[in-house]
Amino acid sequence: MDWQIVIDSLPRYAEPLWVTVQVTLGSAAVALFVAFGLGLMTSSKHLIVRTPARIVVEFFRGSSVIVQLFWFAYAMPQLLGFQFDYAIMVGIMALGLNYGSYSSEVVRAAIGAVPKGQWEAATALSLSPWTRTWRVVIPQAWPEMIPSLTSFAVMLLKASALVSMVSIIDLTAMANTIGRVPGNELLVQYGFLLVVYFILAWLIWSGMRLLERRAKRGIGIGARPSKKALADGHGVQASGGAM
Amino acid sequence: MDGWSNERAAEMFPMVFEGFVVVLQVTAVSGVIAILLGLLVAISDQTAPFWLRRPVNWIMQFVRNTPLLVQVLFVWYATSLYINPEWTAFVVGSAVLGIHYASYTSESYRAGIEAIPKGQWEAATALSLPRHRVWLAIILPQMLRRSTAAVANWLIAMFKEVPTLFAIGVLEMLAMVDRYAGLNYTGYVEGYTIAGLLFLAASYPVAVATRRLEIRLAKSNF
Repeated sequence: MDWQIVIDSLPRYAEPLWVTVQVTLGSAAVALFVAFGLGLMTSSKHLIVRTPARIVVEFFRGSSVIVQLFWFAYAMPQLLGFQFDYAIMVGIMALGLNYGSYSSEVVRAAIGAVPKGQWEAATALSLSPWTRTWRVVIPQAWPEMIPSLTSFAVMLLKASALVSMVSIIDLTAMANTIGRVPGNELLVQYGFLLVVYFILAWLIWSGMRLLERRAKRGIGIGARPSKKALADGHGVQASGGAM
Repeated sequence: MDGWSNERAAEMFPMVFEGFVVVLQVTAVSGVIAILLGLLVAISDQTAPFWLRRPVNWIMQFVRNTPLLVQVLFVWYATSLYINPEWTAFVVGSAVLGIHYASYTSESYRAGIEAIPKGQWEAATALSLPRHRVWLAIILPQMLRRSTAAVANWLIAMFKEVPTLFAIGVLEMLAMVDRYAGLNYTGYVEGYTIAGLLFLAASYPVAVATRRLEIRLAKSNF
């Protein structure tokens, strides 16, 4: 690999790198919001809340994220006469809605795994449904979600490269542009790009691991439950005592 | 302003469906690669010597953590410039997609192997079964039951990522919509909607079946 070519084109990658970061973080924020909204709705005991949420989840999961991206970019402006003010919003919305739907299943599963006694205790203390959800159930479900959400965050980073296909100038699009110039060796640019994405993915993994450790400490559990707590049995009691 | 038109949708459908058939063909080829290569990697992870295991693990980790799109572009230009320009986008794209998802399926297989109780290995050793019998008669059948649902989920995800290959000119649905729109200056609304609905119609039943299988296997208490 000729590193001089890469070093020469480094300054031109600065802004696209920022676009990739913005698309990834922006869609991660949208996805988190959607995931909690849909996850709480699909965990609801009322059919009238659950059904529409399930339909949305199945719809976004079932129809490919790439098709959704193209739909938001090219079909929506024609169909609805509405266009986002910033091009990257197309990427953020398409990726955020799609991965939010996927992650809502993670949220739902983690909420379902919170011991029933916790719900009952919160009800017995006559906490409002809001307080019960956000101060009792979610803080316990959150550490359980983080590993799966991390995988989705890395997938989001990888999917962010797709926005180059709808004329948003991210890292991948810039590599296409730079590489086409004779002497700039497309392959070298792509190789460099793979390394950059790998480093970004590694940053996500490390950041989320820190977050997980903090979240677990927040509810008073270590890296994993001690053998004694497990041997004592009574899952409800063990996790109840950990509060 | 040019909204939805039923006539245009009807006119476009055969074309987009042609692209859908290509998507299915790619899925079949990459699916075989993902299933077999993933299995090979998972088994070699348990049996191969250290010097082979480590680099394979690194490569798989790298593949898993970098975008499919860039991998496809990289390999496409590498093969057409340096290896064999005769290879079609279909062949190269399917291979890269298959290898990309093998990096995921191998993890599912690995989890399946690691979930097998240690006593099974010990019993096999105690009976001094030959190595290939241990794998074929004891480990693989139990591992496959545990990992089938997870692998099926990866294959569904892979199916929905086939349109990435549009970037190197595989004639899947997005390419077909583009071709139509290039000639008629319209058709994006209908084309992309049909493409999305075809994906939904094909993947939803499979996803539901996989979830059923998952529940049934979890209940069977193996």
